[in-house]
Amino acid sequence: MTLVLQDISKTVAGQTHIHNTDLTLQKGTMNVLLGATLSGKTSLMRLMAGLDKPTTGKIFWNDADVTGMRVQDRHVAMVYQQFINYPAMSVYDNIASPLRLQGKSKDEIDMAVRKTAVLMKLTPHLDAKPLALSGGQQQRCALARALVKDAGLVLLDEPLANLDYKLREELREEIPRYFEASGAIFVYATTEPEEALLLGGNTVTLYEGRITQFGKTPEVYRRPCDRITAQVFSDPPMNFMAVQKAGSRLNFEDGQSAPAPDGLADGHYTAGFRPHHLEIHRRHKTEMEFKCRLMVSEITGSETYLHVEHKDERWIVQAGGVHDVRSGDALSVFLDPAHVYLFDGDGALAAPAGFGRGA
Amino acid sequence: MEKTLNQKAWFLVLPVFLLVAFSAVIPLMTVVNYSLQDTFGNNKFFWAGLEWYTELLHSERLWSAFGRQIIFSAIILAIEVPLGVFVALNMPKKGVWASLSLVLMALPLLIPWNVVGTIWQIFGRVDIGLLGHTLAALGIDYNYTRDPLAAWVTIITMDVWHWTSLVALLSYAGLQSIPEAYYQAAKIDQASRWSVFWFIELPKMQGVLMIAILIRFMDSFMIYTEPFVVTGGGPGNATTFLSIDLVKMALGQFDLGPAAAFSLMYFLVVMLVSWVFYTVMTNLDKKAGY
Amino acid sequence: MAKITLSKLAHSYLPDPQGEADYALKEMDHIWEDGQAYALLGPSGCGKTTLLNIISGLLTPSNGRVLFDDIDVTQAPTAARNIAQVFQFPVVYDIMSVRKNLAFPLRNRGMDRASINTRVEAIAAMIEMTDVLERKAQALSADAKQKISLGRALVREDVNAILFDEPLTVIDPAMKWALRTQLKSIHAALGHTMIYVTHDQTEALTFADQVVVMFEGRVVQIGTPQELFETPAHTFVGYFIGSPGMNVLDARVEGAFAYIGDEKIALGADYGRPGGKVQIGIRPEFVSLQSQTGMAAKIHRVEDVGRHKIVRAELCGQAVNMIAPEGTEITAEAARIQFKPDAISVFVEDWRLEPGERVQG
Repeated sequence: MTLVLQDISKTVAGQTHIHNTDLTLQKGTMNVLLGATLSGKTSLMRLMAGLDKPTTGKIFWNDADVTGMRVQDRHVAMVYQQFINYPAMSVYDNIASPLRLQGKSKDEIDMAVRKTAVLMKLTPHLDAKPLALSGGQQQRCALARALVKDAGLVLLDEPLANLDYKLREELREEIPRYFEASGAIFVYATTEPEEALLLGGNTVTLYEGRITQFGKTPEVYRRPCDRITAQVFSDPPMNFMAVQKAGSRLNFEDGQSAPAPDGLADGHYTAGFRPHHLEIHRRHKTEMEFKCRLMVSEITGSETYLHVEHKDERWIVQAGGVHDVRSGDALSVFLDPAHVYLFDGDGALAAPAGFGRGA
Repeated sequence: MEKTLNQKAWFLVLPVFLLVAFSAVIPLMTVVNYSLQDTFGNNKFFWAGLEWYTELLHSERLWSAFGRQIIFSAIILAIEVPLGVFVALNMPKKGVWASLSLVLMALPLLIPWNVVGTIWQIFGRVDIGLLGHTLAALGIDYNYTRDPLAAWVTIITMDVWHWTSLVALLSYAGLQSIPEAYYQAAKIDQASRWSVFWFIELPKMQGVLMIAILIRFMDSFMIYTEPFVVTGGGPGNATTFLSIDLVKMALGQFDLGPAAAFSLMYFLVVMLVSWVFYTVMTNLDKKAGY
Repeated sequence: MAKITLSKLAHSYLPDPQGEADYALKEMDHIWEDGQAYALLGPSGCGKTTLLNIISGLLTPSNGRVLFDDIDVTQAPTAARNIAQVFQFPVVYDIMSVRKNLAFPLRNRGMDRASINTRVEAIAAMIEMTDVLERKAQALSADAKQKISLGRALVREDVNAILFDEPLTVIDPAMKWALRTQLKSIHAALGHTMIYVTHDQTEALTFADQVVVMFEGRVVQIGTPQELFETPAHTFVGYFIGSPGMNVLDARVEGAFAYIGDEKIALGADYGRPGGKVQIGIRPEFVSLQSQTGMAAKIHRVEDVGRHKIVRAELCGQAVNMIAPEGTEITAEAARIQFKPDAISVFVEDWRLEPGERVQG
């Protein structure tokens, strides 16, 4: 099974929601659509589902053109941010409903429903009405309905956004397991980089209606192809600084320098580095030191976020442990050059971080 | 960009097209046809060109009916919209009383128009009507068949009674969609009742109010049944609104040509005014964005 | 600005509550100190919104009193309490400009024009909206609108407290960082008493000086982020704070050692011989992979979350999560793990046991 989007685009009332895009999703893969609100995640999903017709391009399902086909005739299941269940039916009937539509026998339905209920931890609630359940259980019921359908394509549009933080953590851990059991193509939209990393599989990063990168999740995270992708895939946001390459050296601000990667042309670049790679104590001799001023510090108990100002740039330092530093204080931060990405003037990746090169 | 559009879908719309053609387009074309010709009966027609239109445009009868119509629509809008909003603001928001008031408000809307007319025709009669008799007993000279003012008051009161509920129900729906947090925030900001209405409730009701005004305008502009039943357009021509005049012309005098021209112009005027209403309101909406 | 005292406060939504179970908010005493930033943290239905509504005056508690600077306001309506609130969704007056939105609470209180202007300009600068002051609020993005709500809450200098009801729900992750730090700087600059309700631990911990953790209508712990992380008073706090939460394992405790199956774990202090339901807790951050020594564990999954790896393992039939640094290679299914002794908590019937403390009954 494959889903192929060929030169797809979508324009609504003169506004481009999705720019021309090619994308191929393979059977049995988890694909995360990662991007901010209005970056085109939902628009892309609606095109995949057949809820909207693309303005240009074609969609193939197992090599068959399904571009104009109605959503009802495709084998698609969808779960939304809102908990959508049939309120008047019991959880059992909710899960059974797609199977009844498929005309399955009573025994077949009963078996499938009970099996899915066990997987989704819904067995004790089968006779309850969805609205009597907690938010997490309601969303499990909606997920169960999507899974039991045995659809080839399962679309999940920010399914955990309306849940409590801890419930999210629980379901995030569970969802990859359901997915492994089903073998369908999963597409999962989220605004949160951490969610993408936890789900694994592949990630499609979206920015203003454009796919900026598609690849294995850790690879996209460690080798973002441009500055925008790096920004989309960093939480807390990535830090930036201007650098200059001259000869065999990379010259950073504050008189710091590091060996330049091979084959990089001389000139100006933007260095990008993630907050957890900034340290507040020197650990290696190769680390560069930058003099900053602390604006705000946030302590979570296990980590400390230090919001610092370096020249005109604002950086975030994510340091392990608890550090009590007062706002306004001068503070040195240390950066291992192995964690620095270099972007050229157009924002394209000029050199990946040495650390992630193996990934 | 190459498009492979499937045109088959158009065939599915064909039956509807045929239906609309028979029910609307063909009769309309017949009216256009009539409006350009003259007849003395026997199904014989003579080409009249735009003669009926010019004649109508200079007809005092039409202009006075038009004037009455505008005044009537303006008055009922001026009463029904604020009154409807006021009623909606004072309706209970939840519980049994909310349901009860909704049913009560919906009642007038369920009564057929000619029955509304008949009710008020009897209600206002001086000899047997509760209203007319009471007013007469109080020494007020009220007789809608003789006095034009009384006739107007009766018809307007009747329309307000009949249709304010619609505005109220629509406004109520708009009010119900305002999240509780807005009222809470207003309390915290110590906003006055008037500020809450002006800055929270009215902006949130804007959409439904526009629809209410549009419906009430079109409807009142074409009012026929109720004044026909109550006053028959009298006394004199005091309550002869456009549609009553039109029917008089077409059926009473059988002046098919002028009547046809009249209805076309009527149709255009309603369309034009509705369109103006709509664009002005939506533009206001857009402007509010900047 | 004021000190807020909750005295023997409890609330039930039932007209005639019988037992403790009928109370959505169990009896509590608490003082919110003047000028402090607090977070009320807990899952849905833990009573945090009930408590917030009691403080704001939307709800009259069935028992107890609420005092603002020692004045009883239990029966006082919202408008009389002189508080400000920021809601889950941005509440702005759409047809007003940003400037008028900010000025609104001051105009309603009859402040003179010049003072209003100075104050509005100052707040606009603080929330970084000076250049959009004349724009209609309606046309702005969700996070800009939420900043206006925040600005309206800050504009009055004399408010007793500012209440936040999950204010960052509709904000994108990247924007959350910016808004949160802004809020934090504002608190440092103005020193209002702030109470921030959320289910998101990161928001609660990063915002507050003191976090109040609620669970099933009860306050289970009040403490600094560090205290909640290092010494949770209840297994729920252990689970709810941290991501993943604390590993809580059934164990037998004898003196300075805990026993899980055949494994013997050093505790770093003497706990006596507690009875009842005994558990030990260890944060994933303090579980380490060893090459030679340590307890035998089975590794199920490794999740790479970028800055570190989460290892999901099993120790004597019980699930254990651990955090390994970025770049750690984990290939084997079997591994040896070790707990950092002084980072282990002991819980009896879900409540924390301090070394040397005797368990009742």
